Amino acid sequence: MLNYIWMAMLIIGFVVGIMNGRIADVTQAAIDSAKNAVDISIGLLGVMCLWTGLMKIAEKAGLVEHISKFVRPVMKVLFPGIPADHPAIGAIVMNLVANFLGQGNAATPLGIKAITELQKLNKDKETATNAMSMFLVLNTSAIQLIPATIIALRSAQGSSNPSEITGTIWFASICATITGVIFAKMFSAGYREERYREEIKIKKKKF
Amino acid sequence: MEFIKTASVYAIPAMFVIILLAGIMNNVKVYDAFIDGAKDGITTVVKIIPSLVGLLVAIGVFRASGALDLLVFALNPVTSFLGIPSQVLPLALLRPISGSASLALVSDIMKEYGPDSLIGRMASTMMGSTETIFYTITVYFGAVGIKNIRYTLAAALLADLASVIASVWICTFIFG
Repeated sequence: MLNYIWMAMLIIGFVVGIMNGRIADVTQAAIDSAKNAVDISIGLLGVMCLWTGLMKIAEKAGLVEHISKFVRPVMKVLFPGIPADHPAIGAIVMNLVANFLGQGNAATPLGIKAITELQKLNKDKETATNAMSMFLVLNTSAIQLIPATIIALRSAQGSSNPSEITGTIWFASICATITGVIFAKMFSAGYREERYREEIKIKKKKF
Repeated sequence: MEFIKTASVYAIPAMFVIILLAGIMNNVKVYDAFIDGAKDGITTVVKIIPSLVGLLVAIGVFRASGALDLLVFALNPVTSFLGIPSQVLPLALLRPISGSASLALVSDIMKEYGPDSLIGRMASTMMGSTETIFYTITVYFGAVGIKNIRYTLAAALLADLASVIASVWICTFIFG
């Protein structure tokens, strides 16, 4: 997908540039952008190191496990089909909390563990369960406590107050999560597991 | 809404203190752990550099040629309907599709309009409030061989739409 986007931007850019008679500017922009990319990256280094360093402390202090205990009660509402002590719940919670604390590299393997556990509860191995969909929705609307990458980027771009957008990001994330959960619940209600499995059985019987 | 601004100011120092305290209480060698983690930070940034170069060049070319202005102009009816400023609409559309392209686009927007402008803040908020939906779905469902994802994409995209509208609204409300 990215191949097409990148290719398209360059080709369209050069073509339009020629049509607009701006081709010299376009070429200069290409060179300036390449330089700018490295300037940004160097600016990113310091702040990123600060955060990843801090997060390593959090990881070693076992903060993910501690916070996970508080989150468990909410899981009963979001994942009604899953028994509370099933390993899937543990993995889901850890993944969400890891994302919340900005530990992306810890979160992904935990997420894969979570979905593997959910798959064990799945009767139709090629179809997503309501729990899986809810998990994905929670993941993609992820609230991060400190949006480190954006803050680092703003700082590299010379912002006078890089972290001021933390609050607005929380707000937008919470809106996303609430919307996602509501729609996931709505769509799942109209498509309950048993009924869907019945339909599959009927279709298979016809053959 | 002053709460949101105050929260932003105290969130980071609070995090520092809490994490350090948690580390100390759990007998973590905090400085060593910090260095360990910081090394990961360096590798992460270095990994981003090639894609940042590639994408910023493509976006720079696209913008300098006037093609971006054309796109923004073409999208105007959609944006005025939704209330989204046309300068951030490419980002809103690209965010669920590609994380690295979005990062490059946000950098470009901040360079063009300034990170502290309303547009820059909106772009930052949009970038930070959701994930790259298509990538996440592919990785997680692909890991267990799910082919029929049912309503997952629909729900996730609706959540993303909510975050875009919320980003525009909250930034206009607080910074506008």
